[in-house]
Amino acid sequence: MSTRIVSIAPAFEDVMPKEYKELVENGPYGKDYKVTDLGKYKELIEEHPLCAGCGLALSLRLVLGSLPSPEDTVIVGSTGCSALVFPQVGLHNVHSLFGNQNAVASGIKRALSLRFPDQVKDVVVVAGDGATADIGLDMVMQSWFRREKIATIMLDNEAYANTGGQESGMSMEGTVMNMAPKGKVFPKADLPKVAEAAGCAYVAAASPSRPGKLGKVVRRAILIAREVGPTYVQLLSPCPTNFKTKPSDTVVTIKAREKEKRFKQYEYISDDARSFLSALEDGKRSEGKQPEGKQS
Amino acid sequence: MLQQQVRSPDYLFFEAEKKKHFLSGSEAVREAIRKANVDVAISYPITPQSESMHLVGDLFAEGYVKEYFRGENEFAVMSSVSGAAMAGVRVFTATGGPGTMRAFEMFPVWAGSRLPIVCAFLTRGINSPLTIQPDTIEMAFLLETGMLMLHAETAQDLHDMLLKAFIVAEKTEVHLPVGVFADGFFVTHTKEILQIPDADSKLPPYDPHCAPVPPMDMESVPVRQMRDPFVMKSNFISYAAHASWQQEIEAAQERSRKHLERYLGGLVETEHEDAEVLLITSGTAVSQSREAMRLCRQEGLSVGLVKIKSIRPFPSDELRRLAAGKYAVIVPELNRVGWLAKELKARVDDPRRVIGAPRVFGGMTMPAHLIVDEIRRVLQ
Repeated sequence: MSTRIVSIAPAFEDVMPKEYKELVENGPYGKDYKVTDLGKYKELIEEHPLCAGCGLALSLRLVLGSLPSPEDTVIVGSTGCSALVFPQVGLHNVHSLFGNQNAVASGIKRALSLRFPDQVKDVVVVAGDGATADIGLDMVMQSWFRREKIATIMLDNEAYANTGGQESGMSMEGTVMNMAPKGKVFPKADLPKVAEAAGCAYVAAASPSRPGKLGKVVRRAILIAREVGPTYVQLLSPCPTNFKTKPSDTVVTIKAREKEKRFKQYEYISDDARSFLSALEDGKRSEGKQPEGKQS
Repeated sequence: MLQQQVRSPDYLFFEAEKKKHFLSGSEAVREAIRKANVDVAISYPITPQSESMHLVGDLFAEGYVKEYFRGENEFAVMSSVSGAAMAGVRVFTATGGPGTMRAFEMFPVWAGSRLPIVCAFLTRGINSPLTIQPDTIEMAFLLETGMLMLHAETAQDLHDMLLKAFIVAEKTEVHLPVGVFADGFFVTHTKEILQIPDADSKLPPYDPHCAPVPPMDMESVPVRQMRDPFVMKSNFISYAAHASWQQEIEAAQERSRKHLERYLGGLVETEHEDAEVLLITSGTAVSQSREAMRLCRQEGLSVGLVKIKSIRPFPSDELRRLAAGKYAVIVPELNRVGWLAKELKARVDDPRRVIGAPRVFGGMTMPAHLIVDEIRRVLQ
């Protein structure tokens, strides 16, 4: 997308909402902002209806602040808490149904590759743990089998939170939740290992407790998906509402999990992805295009 | 691959010289898609549809279709074609019977997202008990999904309706999915002589900017659609937004009528419409009804025939007029529930005159004498 498209006709300047004007004048399109730049510009995410202290909202804000080319990124979401946010995100985003996000994304990616063969168009799936690991797992894995060039990001709050806190495949074993009245009887699904076996070129587990690391893995996942193959990032994003923790303790909760060795950062990089990354991060290779904001 | 020239829809439909080809219904699908300038086709096997999408795969290998793959199940396929359509390309797929049921959640999404997807439904029975035989019951379930529904009698119809479906689907004022239905096996697996234009012509490409909703390509301003999540809040504006959106889909279906009338030459076709008894039906039941009509007319019975080509939009006015004052309207169908008879009864002035018979299902054929027997029974 040319950033010229995001401009306001002079006749409408006085009627455009303030936050829209800010997005045009000081938004991230065509820039190369990273997580460390948050606070310096108008972010893609506008006020949203998620709960106070929502780990998912925090992850999402960091994900949107890490996109390498927001002006050419289409997000595919799914049903769940995050679907309540996307209407207020300044990107083309699709909510289709519950669980079909990777199938929809496959179609979008193939179509955009036909229409814009010489242009970068990042297709990024952002969905919850129920959508990714339960109802949509077949389509998630099949998109990896087919080596679709899409990045899949799971916002893992370890529950069906939007429907009132039911057990999901990503809930911890033993947790008492709705639909698991005696406690969950099987372990949390190890989706990163599944992703690796299913053909992902890059897999990472991270959390918003370390924003810099989260930004780095999201960026790597999107850049590798552009050139090498499918990628998967799992972001632990606790839900204070359903797990009855203090909204101010979301990051504390993650750190406690890490200390108890019940969550750890993880990164798998395939050989192809590694050589691509080292070329890229050594500056030997461009990211496919020059962001407009960086043109000399 | 033949060098193809883009020609206007009117040229391909009405002006191009047509030549005889002896083809099965599945091959008719191939010949339509060869000229349809399709960008993305996605397949999944199910009898009796599979052969048609094998042949579309051959078109991909030859270069007539730009992108093609086998999806993982029908729900995923219908999701993937919706993604491709949203991103601004022309798409095609096909399914039938249990595949239709597996995919079902996506069909209202196609219409609700205003996607001009063309899908061939090559119909078959639905489990249980397990059947792979012809039956049109899946059409009953699809009536209110918002898609346009055309019902082919023959392989010729299937070929012509598929090509025309793209053009009607992509009209800005319509921009809805079109299902082109043909009775599995009876149409897909039998051969007939078709009159079709040469493959050196093809339809103009899809223009994504004709869509009433912007394509998902980040080439237009990514406005935040709303301050409150659309339709998910408990307030009147959310209800009104959803309600008016649904009404607009109905209105778009209505606006397709004039295009279908022009391209199909009317939503119905009639033979001896002044007769005392009318056979009104769609699909291959029309062929069997035509033969029954011939047999009856030889005996001097006053029998006529109405072939319904478009099920959605439904030719309500035409059928009300045709059924008025008839001694009886007989609706032969290849399904148990008699969805077409119900549609007719809801619209004609005197529903008591509509006889929902004969019905065959579970794979049975409909011999003309079954229909003749019904006509004789009614006239006794």
